[in-house]
Amino acid sequence: MANETQPIDPDGDPYWAGAAEGELRYRKCGACEASIFYPRAICPACGAPDPAWAVSKGAGSIYACTTVHRAPPAFADNAPYTVLLVDLDEGFRMMGGLAGDANVAVGDRVTVTFREGPDGRPAPYFTPA
Amino acid sequence: MSLKKACAIAGVAESRLGVVPDSTVLTLQAEAFAAALADAGLEKSDVDGILVSGAWGRLPQLQIAEYLGVQPSYADSTSVGGASFEFHLGHAAAAIQAGLCKVAVILYGSTQRSKQDKYIFQIRNDLGYQYEAPYGLPTPVGAYALAASRHFAEYGTTSEQLADLAVSTRAWAGLNPKAYRRDPLTRDEVLDSGMIASPLHRLDCCLFTDGGGAVVVVSPDVARTLDKPPVWLLGQGESLSHAQISEMPDLTVTPAAKSGKRAFAMAGVTHDQIDVTEIYDSFTITVLLTLESLGFCKPGEGGAFLANGRTGPGGEFPLNTNGGGLSYCHPGQYGIFLIIEAVRQLRGECDARQVADAVIALISGTGGVLSSNSTCILGVE
Ligand SMILES: [Zn+2]
Repeated sequence: MANETQPIDPDGDPYWAGAAEGELRYRKCGACEASIFYPRAICPACGAPDPAWAVSKGAGSIYACTTVHRAPPAFADNAPYTVLLVDLDEGFRMMGGLAGDANVAVGDRVTVTFREGPDGRPAPYFTPA
Repeated sequence: MSLKKACAIAGVAESRLGVVPDSTVLTLQAEAFAAALADAGLEKSDVDGILVSGAWGRLPQLQIAEYLGVQPSYADSTSVGGASFEFHLGHAAAAIQAGLCKVAVILYGSTQRSKQDKYIFQIRNDLGYQYEAPYGLPTPVGAYALAASRHFAEYGTTSEQLADLAVSTRAWAGLNPKAYRRDPLTRDEVLDSGMIASPLHRLDCCLFTDGGGAVVVVSPDVARTLDKPPVWLLGQGESLSHAQISEMPDLTVTPAAKSGKRAFAMAGVTHDQIDVTEIYDSFTITVLLTLESLGFCKPGEGGAFLANGRTGPGGEFPLNTNGGGLSYCHPGQYGIFLIIEAVRQLRGECDARQVADAVIALISGTGGVLSSNSTCILGVE
């Protein structure tokens, strides 16, 4: 996985650039106020084009979580590890990794941190708040 | 306009199942195609519709039609994962009703086991998937594990309740000579089978086999000329929800909620009229969520519904009577086998596992990571 490179694309570039600067970026629709994640060029709630970018405070709660014991080959060396779905306080949900090996459960409060992802680029992970 | 009785199923067949090293995706589909036509009492020259879904090859519709020697006037390759074939059944009904074809064959084949073809386990790292790719979630099992974690936390559902479904399904497989795993299973064996992605154990997960299937769908006027009794499509509904699990609006409610409502309304039947139910069991949690979404029980009651053998042989709710994807076969996209088993149950062809007096069957296909669903209700008059 280390030699794989995540593509840079018009939807994702500002997001990954934010991650590299320690910022969790999402988009916010000016027409209907929806918080949009993952970033895209249209509001999936109302259809308005080109929603504005915003920065999340990075605090949220765990919506779902699983500890992976049988990992895909590229991740096998790290298993077991935990993957989360997190509801951010700004009103969007995203997937993230759990940084460290704390025991966590659905409903726990977490905050974002940035770690090097498997392709060497910084990606958002979460730690217990 | 409704699709009620717009078509009937006239023939069904599997290919060889399990581990079939001397096969290709084309040979397995050819086997099932020939056997399903023979079952219907029809010839290849009668076929004017082809519906196929598979992640193999380049332009699968063209390859399979060429290989079989069919030049159809109607073709469909809707690909929404394992549920594709339930979608196809609705699409075939609509095409037949519109006069676009009279004899349509739905096809599937996979050699994932003997060719070790693990394409479905690769998460792409481009487009929307780039936001999930860094975290190592195995697909599809990790997504279903997330849904299970949410259901457990929200409703107190337990691993024991899911294990009981695996046990009941295996008991049905014990009555099916074609099933891949037939030895009796205990709750403890499921719980001790090793964690794959919590809370799902190895025996909460479906098999990984080769196999193919075919379903012959005909117009009402063709159906009335055939020897075997027609199995009518009474109602069908379909729904798409998302592609990635992080985009699923509520991890405890599947698109079966919408597809089921439409199928029941079209068929004009109620839940208590369903005699036998075939529900996509990629994982035990898939069945639990689907039963709740379809309204067979209330949200949160799925665990209790599945517990203690209720869905097994002799239980009050016959479910996945062939042994399901958990124990009979699962060649990647399982949905075609749900149709095959429902038709056999309604025809009374199931020998030791036959559900007595089955006249109405419900099929629910799930595809992707709880992403797509089609509900089909079938009946013999
Ligand atoms: Zn909007």
